[in-house]
Amino acid sequence: MHEWALAEAVITAASKIAVKEELKEIKEIIVKIGELQQVDEDILIFAFNQLKKDLFRNTLFYIVKAKSKLECRVCGFKWDFKTQNLDENTVESIHFVPEVAHAYIKCLRCGSPDFEIIEGRGIWLEEIRGVK
Amino acid sequence: MKLLDPRSSVIDKRLKRIRRVIAVSSGKGGVGKSMIATVFALIMAKSGLKVGLFDLDFTNPSTHLIMGAKNVLPKEEKGIIPPFFNDLKYLSLVFYSGDKATPLRGVDVSNALIELLSVTQWGKLDVLVIDMPPGIGDVVLDLIRLVKKIEFLIVTTSSQIAFHTVKKQIKLLRELKVKTIGLVENMKMNKIKTIQEETEKLDLRFLGDIPYDSTLEESIGDCDKLLATNFSKMINHTLLIKEI
Repeated sequence: MHEWALAEAVITAASKIAVKEELKEIKEIIVKIGELQQVDEDILIFAFNQLKKDLFRNTLFYIVKAKSKLECRVCGFKWDFKTQNLDENTVESIHFVPEVAHAYIKCLRCGSPDFEIIEGRGIWLEEIRGVK
Repeated sequence: MKLLDPRSSVIDKRLKRIRRVIAVSSGKGGVGKSMIATVFALIMAKSGLKVGLFDLDFTNPSTHLIMGAKNVLPKEEKGIIPPFFNDLKYLSLVFYSGDKATPLRGVDVSNALIELLSVTQWGKLDVLVIDMPPGIGDVVLDLIRLVKKIEFLIVTTSSQIAFHTVKKQIKLLRELKVKTIGLVENMKMNKIKTIQEETEKLDLRFLGDIPYDSTLEESIGDCDKLLATNFSKMINHTLLIKEI
């Protein structure tokens, strides 16, 4: 239930935005999750529903998945992150701290570990819709 | 609305039940930060305090080697629960990167730090000791930005080169109005008081010097042996007896 901690971060961030924008109720939250972290959508939604109270009692949560794109800083090669060639422990480690991907993944063209995660790293708050 | 990273918002909450967060830090590498951070944390834990040790030297973690922490792993329960090791709650990136080289650029270091701060459930602690990477780069700046209660404990050796770098760090922390507990002079091999005098000129507390202990290397990997060294006794005297 690492997803629970991420859900709590989303709720806390949304609460701060609600205070700033004087929202009395949050109707919808759209969260973007990157493939690299392999957040379990069902557990995340379950966690959101467990955390629903006050401003969030009627909130609908939507999840948008984003492909993870990596780009080699050495040779410029771009590729999509895939878990197929990684063992279970590695996938689990990247799930907790996506940056450890640099220990396990190399550029598919030149073999360098010096790549950038250009898209789809972790979890992002994309949209909040509320009532003033 | 602009995409927003929600993780930083929850960090205060994660650290709420920790009384003090002490970063053992130095502008210079190789001055013994990890050894001091580890032994300091172990001594406090043995004295009955609730202590955590967080290794933030992501590219060169070493506290697990110093303590001989094997076969311990965090649990997953509403986040990451650090395992207990030798009475310490202990977390290191090595749990996830293994023994592999983990080359990280600044943005990756920041992201990994924010991730761990936002999902780790430390619970109630008297002190969280942080073993810092050398320098005044991303981790120092991120901790100052994200951890309001951070305090710095500065380590140097007797070397003028090390101290020159450390002085710049002390000035930076002062400019940023960050609490700095004091300075420890580590691996001392002479009786010259230059570092002490220079530290006091900077209006910073000189906590003491720790003589070079040639037997320390033999104790690496065994917490009981570590705690029996002169180094450990001097840490106790320098950092605990003085009630920092």
